[in-house]
Formats: sequence, structure tokens, C-alpha cells
Amino acid sequence: MLDRREFVARLLAHRGELLVVTGLGTPTFDVNACGDHPLNFYIWSGMGCTAMVGLGLALARPDRRIAVITGDGDLLMGMGSLATIGVKQPGNLSVVVLDNGHYGATGMQASATAAGIDLAGTATSCRFRQVRSVSQIDETADARKMLHSGQGPIFIHARIKADDPPRVIPSRDGQAIKQRFLEASAKQL
Amino acid sequence: MDQSPLQASHARPDESSVWPDRIHAALKRNNISQVGYVPDNGHARLIALCQKDNEITDVVMTTEAEGPGLVLGATLGGKRAALLMQSSGVGNSVNTFSILKSCGIACLLIVTMRGEFDDFNPWQVTMGAMTEATLKACGFLTYRVERAEDVEDIVSAGCNMAYGSNLQVAILLAQRLIKRSKGAH
Repeated sequence: MLDRREFVARLLAHRGELLVVTGLGTPTFDVNACGDHPLNFYIWSGMGCTAMVGLGLALARPDRRIAVITGDGDLLMGMGSLATIGVKQPGNLSVVVLDNGHYGATGMQASATAAGIDLAGTATSCRFRQVRSVSQIDETADARKMLHSGQGPIFIHARIKADDPPRVIPSRDGQAIKQRFLEASAKQL
Repeated sequence: MDQSPLQASHARPDESSVWPDRIHAALKRNNISQVGYVPDNGHARLIALCQKDNEITDVVMTTEAEGPGLVLGATLGGKRAALLMQSSGVGNSVNTFSILKSCGIACLLIVTMRGEFDDFNPWQVTMGAMTEATLKACGFLTYRVERAEDVEDIVSAGCNMAYGSNLQVAILLAQRLIKRSKGAH
């Protein structure tokens, strides 16, 4: 099992121009714990929507790579969006699910994945081009390489420990996060 | 037997059946490059027009609840997006609509009404009757279209309101309008 903070930090090290969309709850805190970044877009409501935000962004910006980083609860609520992504086959989109089998923000109740529901298998069924499961920290380098240079759609299923790390809370001002992201991502490479 | 929605209208090219073309033209004038939809009979012709348009990326969704995420993502990528759905889909999307208002995201939502005018299925009436009130509660400006000749004007105004001011605008296409053009449910 992975330490979620260490895994996300390694995944996003030297991230360059990668655009990152984070699912509400602990994945947002994990990404922000690596350092706030103007190319992060933090989602604070609309549970289940994160992968679709990634799709809309990937279709609008075929010149950039996009990473969705979210949890098993958010992805389970928007599981149909894996099919929607599979139809469009965005080559620049990666979905990373931090799966601890629990709803961390609400008291660590078990999620469907704790009963063996297989999100990686679902992504394969939904025609994700590359699907990788990671449960040991030394496997992160390969996952990172895939995230930054592989042909998408990519699905990275990270088995993380069911712990509750300190909250590292970024801005909750949706308009400000949007404006900052737009200005930073509009810059020419 | 089966005709495509586009072929079907060539047989009846009167205004009552080509209002979807007016909507499509308005989407084009406003540089809308992504259209998300869950298929609906009333939207069949507009969906077909978007699918064959190389400047529009059409996205078939598994639930209307996916739509606001698509619109937010497109906007973060500097593009404009619109959503097509049946009135029942409004109910499916209530919580995810919240991201549009929270972030000030322009959204044009075109809704085909069910359960309000000679609908054969009484179970459709419940959601149809609460659709406009639900949209208002979710922060949308709502405009109803009853007549084919009003489609262009109202959709154009809706685009101006949405994309000119980062507002959420819903155009409700009355079931009577849709029935007149389809002659069917």
C-alpha cells in the first residue's frame, strides 16, 4: 500500500506544464500538499464530476497533457464518465485514482472498492488505452513516466493506505482558482 | 425504414421542423466548440447537425450529471460548451450544476420539455412540472420557447446572456413546439 502524500508528490515532481484537476476531499489536499500551483484546478463540490472536467479540458487543449487526480468515492459516483471518456479517446488525458476503499472525508466508511469492485478493470472495459495499478512506491517512477509521456487515455489505479493525513487546504474561491488557471495555462510554452 | 434525422427533415423543410438548424447556427455564431448531450428524440436533428460539424466536438454522456463537468473543463481550456438534454436530465444534474455557479462558468443549456403537453406517459409529468423551478433554484436564467419562429431570437439572446456575462442560461423548448415538428413523441 502506498502513502498517498509520497505517491502524489513523486507523481507530480518536475511536473512542467502538466494541467492538474483534483477531486474534492483528500485528493485536493494531497495535490496542494506538494505546493500550490497555478496549473492546479481544485474542485470543491459536484462530487463525481472530476473526470468530466478533465475530459472537457483535454478536448479543449489537445496541445497540453491533463491529469485528473481523484479518489475512489468521487470516481464511483461518476463511473459512467469513464465510458464517456472511452468514447472520445483523448490521448492527452490521464485519470489517477487514489483508492483507499473508504470515504475519508466523512468518517472512513467503506466504499465499493473495499468489497473488491475493480476500478482498473472498469477502466479497461471502458477502453482506456493504458491501465496501470500501483501499490508499491518503487512502481511510481513507471506510473509517472506514463502520466507525463504516455499515450492516453491513461488510467492509474493507486492502492493507498486508509489513513487520514492532515488537511492542507487551498483556495476555495472558485472564480479566483479559475482565473489563475486560465492566465497560467494561456501562456505560450 | 429508418431515416436519419437530417434526411427526415428534407422531406418537410418548413420552419416548424428546421428550428434545430437555427439553434445550430446560433451555436456556430457564438463559437461553441463542445456540445455534450444525452440523446433525446426532440434533440435528434440538432445532435445530428453537431455530429457532422467538424468545428464542434460532440460528447455523448452516460448521464446529464456529467454535463457541468464537461462545460467547466472546456472553459478552463479557453473554449465554450453547451449542453442538450431532456427535462428529466435537469433533475439528474442538480448537484453538479453547482460547480458552474461557484466558478462563474458560462453555460447554455437547451432543454426539450417532457410531461407538459399531451405527453402519453404520465410519469413524465412529475419532473416536467418541476423543471423550470429547479433550474431557477440552481441559478439558471430560464427562457421558454413556444413557437418555432421564436427559436432563433431567444437562443441568440440566451447565448449573449451566457457567454457575454458568464451566466448559466437555460432555454426550455416547449413540448408543443417539439410535437409540432416531430408529429410524434
